Amino acid sequence: MSELLDLNLVEASEALKNKKISSLELTKAYLKSIGDTSSLGAYLEIVENKAINMAKESDKKLIDGTARPLEGIPIGIKDMFCTKDIKTTASSKILENFIPTYESTVTQNLWNDGAVILGKLSCDEFAMGSSNETAAKGNVINPWLKNKKMSPGGSSGGSAAAVAARSALAATGTDTGGSIRQPAAFCGITGLKPTYGRCSRWGIVAFSSSLDQAGPLTRTVSDAALMLNSMAGYDQKDSTSANLKMPDLMDYLDKGIKGKKIGIPKEYTQDGISEDIVNFYEKSIDWLKDEGAEIIPVSLPHTKYALPAYYIIAPAEASSNLARYDGVRYGARHEASSLDEMYELTRGNGFGDEVKRRIMIGTYVLSSGYYDAYYLKAQKVRRLIKEDFENVYKKVDYILTPSTPTTSFELGKKQDPLTMYLNDVFTVPASLAGLPGISLPVGLDKSGLPIGIQLIANSFDEPGLISIARVLEMCAGFNFIADGAAK
Amino acid sequence: MPNKDTIVDVPTVNKIARLCRLDIPEVNKESLTKDLNNILGFVAQLDEVDTSNVEPLASVTGHKLPLRSDDVNDGNIEDLVLKNAPESSSGFFVVPKVIE
Repeated sequence: MSELLDLNLVEASEALKNKKISSLELTKAYLKSIGDTSSLGAYLEIVENKAINMAKESDKKLIDGTARPLEGIPIGIKDMFCTKDIKTTASSKILENFIPTYESTVTQNLWNDGAVILGKLSCDEFAMGSSNETAAKGNVINPWLKNKKMSPGGSSGGSAAAVAARSALAATGTDTGGSIRQPAAFCGITGLKPTYGRCSRWGIVAFSSSLDQAGPLTRTVSDAALMLNSMAGYDQKDSTSANLKMPDLMDYLDKGIKGKKIGIPKEYTQDGISEDIVNFYEKSIDWLKDEGAEIIPVSLPHTKYALPAYYIIAPAEASSNLARYDGVRYGARHEASSLDEMYELTRGNGFGDEVKRRIMIGTYVLSSGYYDAYYLKAQKVRRLIKEDFENVYKKVDYILTPSTPTTSFELGKKQDPLTMYLNDVFTVPASLAGLPGISLPVGLDKSGLPIGIQLIANSFDEPGLISIARVLEMCAGFNFIADGAAK
Repeated sequence: MPNKDTIVDVPTVNKIARLCRLDIPEVNKESLTKDLNNILGFVAQLDEVDTSNVEPLASVTGHKLPLRSDDVNDGNIEDLVLKNAPESSSGFFVVPKVIE
């Protein structure tokens, strides 16, 4: 069993193609590991029979020589992706019985390329949160320091925990302000948020439509490249989908970093950032320098205003997107004698506290008399943030930052909403600018928790992002396995 | 943006809740008002930024929203459309009575 779980996605894919292992035995190993690690609460739904059937189909294709790029690879899907005939709840009570009648484009792309579904992974409710604690069915536990019950981060907490616990070979996530990169950092794995428009949003439960973007959570940079190869692509059904062909990312793994210019923004070493993270950030800069990169100090002067702008724009879009949950067409309904009362009780009972807060903020900033002062102001600041990046990319090729100001924290420590929002301080700016970013693990802090470093590329430069991330990954040589992982 | 500690009070919270059709139990209103004031106080930092000659940015894609030809490419899936409805009848969604 353990040897099967030791293989990362790229290695497993080779072993499958060389017929050293079968998809059925690999899939069964992962199903067992889901059982062994069930106390982490990463999965909301396990589709064992479907997984077995898909694995058998894959084995046929592997034998008859028609194997596709992800043939036979068992993966987990964040519960924000609609999966046909499989319950999709977005970790919300209001969707607790929702069974989509169609498949999201991104997951369909994965099945078309031969991937095998293991189940649906927990997340913060409607992807709103940074600790996985807003999930209606309770938080997921980080497999690191398992006796202490640490947060896996959020919102893709189930995805990150499953990959780190080896109960999925890879997982999908969605990232609106850091929801792939922050949990990846907390769980010691790789998380890639592509350029806005790279992956279709069609069939993904909408949170903030000008920011939402799907991406992979994996063990390694190469694994992320292989997953994104399949997930990305133009889709007519998403009006913001980019009609641009992405090159095969596997061709960019060994391009190196010689002569590349790496920007170090002075605004990303703020008060409150942990000392261990600063140390590993400085180490990462030295590693890249030793590999031949040119290190250039840069400034992104509006960084401080990214979080406040985000907490106007994202709730505004969310309040509009979540208006659809009215108890009429799908989702839970709370019976009442009048239509208005039915709406109010359905929504009041169906949404959790954080979702309600964001709907309230969003409604307020869009309401008559406040729209210009809040919403338009935030959109103007968003432009300034985007221009900061455009100016810096005239001088450098990539930007290196810490992924988060701290490592994971203990679950259940009641935090006020604002303190929780600060988790995303380093990931939100790239989200507002629509830029691709990757977080990868580079070391452990004093208490043994993973530290993530983020690389940000210019729009649609995922190939370059992969090359540089691969260099950093090799320098860091992070090969620790969480103590709560399946053996 | 107002810079006071109290940007919204309970009557304002009632008004917003009404606009977004959210039932907020009376016991939760004070803590919700406090949370909203904290968040609105935090985002008020944006007042420091001079945006006098800046156009708002709604989308980062840089491309115009594409149009497609108005073709029927779907249909005859009434049962699928109604499948997740809390209540339906004769091909319709059913809601509480709205006309007396």
